Amino acid sequence: MSIEEIEQEIIDEFELFEDWMGKYEYLIDMGKSLPIIEDKYKTEDKLIKGCQSRVWMQSDLKDGKIIFTADSDAIITKGMVALMVRVLSNHTPDDILNAKLGFVDKIGLTQHLSPTRSNGLVSMIKQMKMDALAYKTQN
Amino acid sequence: MESDSLQTLYYSINRLLFRIILTFVFIKMTTVNFIDKHIIDINKIRAQFPILSRKVNGKPLIYFDNGATAQKPIQVIDAVKKYYEYQNANIHRGVHTLSQEITVAYENARITVQKHLNAEHAHEIIFTKGTTDSINLVAHSFGKKYITKGDEIIISEMEHHSNILPWQQLCEEKGAILQVIPINDSGELLMDEYNKLLSSKTKIVAVTHISNVLGTINPIKEIIELAHAKNIPVLIDGAQAVPHTKADVQELDADFYCFSGHKLFGPTGVGVLYGKEKYLNEMPPYQVGGGTIKTVTFAKTEYADLPLKFEAGTPHVAGGIGLATAIDYVNEIGLDAIAAYENELLMYATNALHNINGIKIIGDATNKASVISFVIKGLHSFDLGTILDQLGIAVRTGHHCTQPLMQHFGIQGAVRISFAFYNTKEEIDEFIKGLERAIKMLS
Repeated sequence: MSIEEIEQEIIDEFELFEDWMGKYEYLIDMGKSLPIIEDKYKTEDKLIKGCQSRVWMQSDLKDGKIIFTADSDAIITKGMVALMVRVLSNHTPDDILNAKLGFVDKIGLTQHLSPTRSNGLVSMIKQMKMDALAYKTQN
Repeated sequence: MESDSLQTLYYSINRLLFRIILTFVFIKMTTVNFIDKHIIDINKIRAQFPILSRKVNGKPLIYFDNGATAQKPIQVIDAVKKYYEYQNANIHRGVHTLSQEITVAYENARITVQKHLNAEHAHEIIFTKGTTDSINLVAHSFGKKYITKGDEIIISEMEHHSNILPWQQLCEEKGAILQVIPINDSGELLMDEYNKLLSSKTKIVAVTHISNVLGTINPIKEIIELAHAKNIPVLIDGAQAVPHTKADVQELDADFYCFSGHKLFGPTGVGVLYGKEKYLNEMPPYQVGGGTIKTVTFAKTEYADLPLKFEAGTPHVAGGIGLATAIDYVNEIGLDAIAAYENELLMYATNALHNINGIKIIGDATNKASVISFVIKGLHSFDLGTILDQLGIAVRTGHHCTQPLMQHFGIQGAVRISFAFYNTKEEIDEFIKGLERAIKMLS
């Protein structure tokens, strides 16, 4: 599936929820059910420093595609991280660099991307794109 | 004869009755006065804060983030509005009526602050941008004049970054040493350790009046006395204290006292530095420019007297006037009444929080203001804050700009609730329900 198709899939899933409770519960479940990074990578140098919650991220290039794994100590952030990894992982550096990530707005969680939240998620997206750029220029 | 004595008796009874009524009226009046001075009329007060009637995420706002900034009463909003609509002019400069009127108003605002802090002189009140600006001013200016290599500066483990970084930077520049008063696990300063730190090398002590995380009310009078015994000046960070308690700088004998307008129900961007005349006169200007001078030539500049020496550029005039209005407002309610009411809220909330499973309250000092920080076992403060926000409840989460303090307690962050006199027990009940719901969702 392309990045946009995955985004659409997530938008459809979130449309099932009528209120914020459902959305957040779904996000929390996603955060809980995804042990997405190996503990050995949860080190200081993999830490993306945000003001409130911590996010660790690891990227590897495999057959021309980037595989992201990540984690956070806050469960809601972890749910958001899981969404981002689901959307961006296993794609080429070019696709990742071009991704608009409009789904965040459409599922009504834009507040997590606002600069005031400083929850590490904005920094994480930036880091994902920087990694993509690094892998792109390597090749 | 008989009718005469009857009449006398009649008058006597009348007089007696009149006296009884007078006494009764007097008692009634004093009781009413007593009530007026000591009880918060919560409905009247809440109606004066327009923001308290708004909804957040579809729920009535419950604002428990007063430690970050307090809401503004309509009186303050009106004063700022009136300034821009009717009074705007630059101060200390013009011969025209508007400028003269607003200069008088601004200088009256300074006098309001002076009276509130009971400073000896109005020119000991310097208007700044806020507490951070005030502390930076002292660190730079006092530092320039008095700090040299090998000198020591004492702060405490519970300081806000704003009362750490200016001193840390000064120490790095001058080769001075930063000493830190440790705290116990209740969040109280270890006074014996403090006393041991004071030495002939100590040039200044800078501590907070009330901790923004722990709520601890520090024994600043004792801190000042101990330092003064060795002729060391003391700066008090009053940012968290001024909304809850009266600070009398002469009674405390504080050398510097700083606070922000916005935490005292006034506008943002205005704050106060109180400094003793003897220090302020000796200290060089911090920022220089318009308004700070007597005469300027390219060879030399003669600086103005206090307070203008420290007030470069056009000040935040609306801020100063708004702050004075806020001070009058708070004094009308009475800081004693405010402290008593907030203490009730503190007790009520602390008791309710103790019933929450897995909770740990950070800081249980004997002398504590209406600030409660806590962690819930296994849960992240960011998650709790996010769910509470969905319920219309504003709390602070994270490290609260006190990373060294977080390190002391071995935590990454905490949830903080902090009350003002417009908060209620009903709001605390709603908050507890919301917290229980958040815990359920996140566990």
